[in-house]
Amino acid sequence: MISVKKTITGACVCVGAVLLTLTPGMVLAQDELSRGDTAWMLTSTALVLFMTIPGLSLYYAGMVRAKNALSVMMQCFAITCVVTLLWAIYLYSLAFGDDVNGLIGNLGKAFMAGVSVSSLKGVIPESVFSMFQLTFAIITPALIVGAFAERMKFSAMLWFITLWVTFVYAPVAHWVWGGGWLSKLGVMDFAGGTVVHINAGVAGLVAALVMGKRSGYPHHPMKPSNLVLTMVGAGMLWVGWFGFNAGSQLAADGVAGMAMVVTQLATAAAALTWMFLEWMRYGKPSALGIVSGSVAGLVAITPASGYVGPMGAIAIGLAAGLICYFAVVKVKRAFGYDDSLDAFGVHGVGGFVGAILTGVFAHSSLGGVGLAEGVSIAGQVMKQLIGAGVTILYCAVVSFILLKLIDAVIGLRATSEQEQEGLDLALHDERGYNLT
Amino acid sequence: MKLVTAIIKPFKLDDVREALHEVGVNGITVTEVRGFGRQKGHTELYRGAEYNVDFLPKIKLEIAVTTELLELVVEAITRSATTGKIGDGKIFVSSLEQVIRIRTGETGAQAI
Repeated sequence: MISVKKTITGACVCVGAVLLTLTPGMVLAQDELSRGDTAWMLTSTALVLFMTIPGLSLYYAGMVRAKNALSVMMQCFAITCVVTLLWAIYLYSLAFGDDVNGLIGNLGKAFMAGVSVSSLKGVIPESVFSMFQLTFAIITPALIVGAFAERMKFSAMLWFITLWVTFVYAPVAHWVWGGGWLSKLGVMDFAGGTVVHINAGVAGLVAALVMGKRSGYPHHPMKPSNLVLTMVGAGMLWVGWFGFNAGSQLAADGVAGMAMVVTQLATAAAALTWMFLEWMRYGKPSALGIVSGSVAGLVAITPASGYVGPMGAIAIGLAAGLICYFAVVKVKRAFGYDDSLDAFGVHGVGGFVGAILTGVFAHSSLGGVGLAEGVSIAGQVMKQLIGAGVTILYCAVVSFILLKLIDAVIGLRATSEQEQEGLDLALHDERGYNLT
Repeated sequence: MKLVTAIIKPFKLDDVREALHEVGVNGITVTEVRGFGRQKGHTELYRGAEYNVDFLPKIKLEIAVTTELLELVVEAITRSATTGKIGDGKIFVSSLEQVIRIRTGETGAQAI
């Protein structure tokens, strides 16, 4: 029941541990609705939607130039609406329908067939399960916006996201959470380090490479329009992330409680790591730096959140702060790609760091819940590498094909005049700020 | 009559307004402007991307005064806008040919 979302189906000792503690009476109650779990999942669903609108939208809007602030918020909002309808029509079924060869769900749940007032998924209503999963399908493509911000045509963005959630998100979510082949392999991804963050980060990098740099990058100053909004958005992301990670247990229990603890610890550790690195390197601690670090920590703890202990979480946070800092500050500059708001540098890299370290710190000797019986740290890390590697490869190839296809048919980029004028006015006939 | 145009640090505006009020100035026009002098600009840093900001925000004051009042006004601005650090600004004085109060049609020193 609770293993639906967890990827280490069957094999995970924590499932065994939970089952051991169940009394016979409780086993009988398995198929009955749990009001406590349902209440927490209703709450978690709202928290995760809150991460995208308005959390991520504000986080991004503050980082772009004033002339594009509205456009990124508009993109996040439109993605929310589009993915919601696609989810009801076929996406939910592709991701969580009955498994077809470990690769994809069948269309048995298309048009939300069978999701009724009384249908259950484990001990919570399937309606709640489906909505909870929808909020993950919403935030993943919304994260990609950060990579192509300030230059993509709105229509091309809608096409890309529609095709991407269909051909990349749904299958990968199925592989890891829907009973597909990666979960059978024993890849551990508690709340979506691979499905959400590596996936979004890699798609973002490919989009940034295919579309090219913003005109003037990196020589022209591209100053964030309003870091106050970015701080507010980052705060909302942090709060919402409790729904993301502790909600991924699909139950209001001890694992969810510990997921909340490790989320908090890793985030603080990563935020401070980034802040101090910047302080040492440039002489001053920055607001953008500390929130960037916090998001890196949130990302990295995501796959590990149901498996590691508090000290493991701090270690993961330190590693994420350090590695994402160098990815954003050094690697991006060295290679010269224009990942505008660091969707790859924070989510792709942070997701990868988290995926690998999950295999390390889940071990019981390091304070975790323990690996599957007979699996060593090296063995689990190898599984994690396979999970991450396959996702990176699949996502990169399919995203590339989709982007090239859309570019050939309708074009991906706004014209250089539109880019100069700002997408708010050029594409939406509106301005985010009319302050004078 | 003279037109005094002063460029000052934004946070000094209240001090300057008070000092001018004390010497008997009845009207000021204030504009937010940007520019550079010897102070040059500053640098801003976002996720390791360093930007030089050439133009710094300043406040421009325009004050029409009678020739007799000029010295007091210049002294009041100089005194109240000084921090002693580079970037305190400048005062420009130019001749003013005519002043007309729109409501009454008064002209010259009467209209100041």
